[in-house]
Amino acid sequence: MLFWTTIKIALRSMLANKLRAILTMLGMIIGVAAVIAMLALGNGAKKRILGWVSRMGKNTITIFPHNSKIAPVLNGSADPLSLGDARAILKIPHVKYVSPVVTAWQPVKWGGNFTTCNIVGCAPTYIKIHDFKVQSGAMFTDYDCQDIASVAVIGPETAERLFGSQDPIGRTITVSTVRFKVVGVLVPKGRHGWFDPDNQVLLPYTTAMTDLMGRLVALNHIDLQVDHAANLNRVQAACQRVLRLRHSLIYGDEDDFWISNQLQVLKMANRIGGAFTLFLGSVAGISLLVGGIGIMNIMLVTVTERTREIGIRKAIGARRRDILRQFLIESMIISLLGGLMGVGAGIVAAHYVKFRSFSGHVEPSMVFLALSISAAIGIFFGYYPARRAAALNPIEALRYE
Amino acid sequence: MGQRELLEITNLTKRYRIGDTDVLALDAVNLVISRGEMLAITGPSGSGKSTLMNILGCLDTADSGSYMLAGEDVSKLAGDQLAAIRNRRIGFVFQNFNLLPRLSALENVELPLLYASRHDAKTLARAALTTVGLADRTHHEPNQLSGGQRQRVAIARALVTDPAIILADEPTGNLDSQVGRDILDLFHRLNQAGSTIIIVTHDHEVARHCGREVQLRDGRIVAEVQHAPHCQPSTTKETTAAA
Ligand SMILES: Nc1ncnc2c1ncn2[C@@H]1O[C@H](COP(=O)(O)OP(=O)(O)O)[C@@H](O)[C@H]1O
Ligand SMILES: [Mg+2]
Repeated sequence: MLFWTTIKIALRSMLANKLRAILTMLGMIIGVAAVIAMLALGNGAKKRILGWVSRMGKNTITIFPHNSKIAPVLNGSADPLSLGDARAILKIPHVKYVSPVVTAWQPVKWGGNFTTCNIVGCAPTYIKIHDFKVQSGAMFTDYDCQDIASVAVIGPETAERLFGSQDPIGRTITVSTVRFKVVGVLVPKGRHGWFDPDNQVLLPYTTAMTDLMGRLVALNHIDLQVDHAANLNRVQAACQRVLRLRHSLIYGDEDDFWISNQLQVLKMANRIGGAFTLFLGSVAGISLLVGGIGIMNIMLVTVTERTREIGIRKAIGARRRDILRQFLIESMIISLLGGLMGVGAGIVAAHYVKFRSFSGHVEPSMVFLALSISAAIGIFFGYYPARRAAALNPIEALRYE
Repeated sequence: MGQRELLEITNLTKRYRIGDTDVLALDAVNLVISRGEMLAITGPSGSGKSTLMNILGCLDTADSGSYMLAGEDVSKLAGDQLAAIRNRRIGFVFQNFNLLPRLSALENVELPLLYASRHDAKTLARAALTTVGLADRTHHEPNQLSGGQRQRVAIARALVTDPAIILADEPTGNLDSQVGRDILDLFHRLNQAGSTIIIVTHDHEVARHCGREVQLRDGRIVAEVQHAPHCQPSTTKETTAAA
């Protein structure tokens, strides 16, 4: 009951000083809104990266030639990745699909239209590994790869740039100087920063290696998909064993390839995204500190102004803790009300503020965090003024004019 | 200390130091007050009346001497223990009312009970306001009440906890004489209903109406006067409009 009376008294003294209360709360509102907006932005960025990584296929492993820890390609001590390596990897248990991949950045033409995009030489399994769908026509087949067929499957963006609204299926495009018949168009995945999976041309790896890049070209990478996430690490270890054997590496030699599995990438993206979010949140947190100091300042003024009231309360039997609690409740009301409004403002800000392709993503945990921090600030910055109030001598407080 | 004695102070001394000079506000004061008594403390300004009242009211502590209140030695207490005594045993009425401005009459009267965590606060506060004749002013804030009404609210707040003693330091000092008389009538009625009351005043008329008068001068009790048992002229009561 005393609790409710205390809250009532706090609200009434705030109402009597509306402008002051609002100005004090403004510090909290801005601080909390900034924290929410920044956390939301960081979180949005993280979600975006994670979404991108996971949209590029489930349970994937990518094997790159040469290891960044040694400088192998230059001195020729490393074996490049070969088609034989890709075939050997397919025999590893739990490997669902494998595709050798060669890539090049080359011009593509049709009629008078022209675009430069990523040319990917791969196996038909490539679209299964990376979860691409074909919207019209069909993916080229293993027979096309055996026959070194001049066929191409193009991304929706590439189709748009070359053909506009016309149907690309059956038409012949020119990649570099070689002509390919378009047999399929992919379903859009959406662009992600510098990487655009919608603007690419998929060719049978045999044709790409023979006609575009020269017969003996090494693979740029080998992509594979594992049947289940639980087997990712096991398959990765098996790949390492198989490749070390095939590349004649002996005990003590460094790997001359590098294997990245999707879980590790996701974990890293998560960590980087988390650190980014924390950084943004901490920067915004400084403004919360300023808000807290504002509360402390106003509470000190309030305690001084209400010295007489404190004296009266003590005279009728309020204990130290009663006074302490009263002023802590008051500062908490200010900080929590400010925090609540700040959360509202932050959610609105996070909704409207877009940073490149990232947009804010507010989570309940952030709201909870922001409100807890607000309450903590109310207690922390309200404690000193409240303790001063509680320590007042009743006679001196009553005599205060 | 027998059954009849409610309060006993012995050799109570209080000294104030202002710069280099020592002011002896209370100089070894001895006083015994019985249950049900109505005592007046008189004396010129600066004679130590308020100092004595503040110590009796446990708002302040003496430098030396002892103070027994209802069998408890309160001169040894400090801080929250004194707060508890003020809350349960003492009702203090001030010259300038000392009500909380933004609370209604009822809430002001409730407050000591809330600090005592009483759950029947509202009922008791209403009853106390009825006792002082303000049953119809419960939701008024102090600034919507006249001086006399404010002092009645303050008296209701003092008596709502059913204290051992009610202390009033010049309760009529800020009121005009007619309203002051009404307030004194109220104290008389409370006294007749069993309350022990100490009133500081420099109005001899007021003192004469109390059973006993103690005169202070320079921090010492210089005289004690027993007045004839008080007889309330009922006409005064009749003709007085509500303050
Ligand atoms: N807080 C104080 N500081 C210094 N001197 C004080 C203080 N309070 C009272 N005194 C002194 O003590 C003496 C008694 O004061 P007080 O009890 O207020 O007298 P009264 O109420 O009878 O007018 C006076 O000389 C006064 O100046
Ligand atoms: Mg005085």
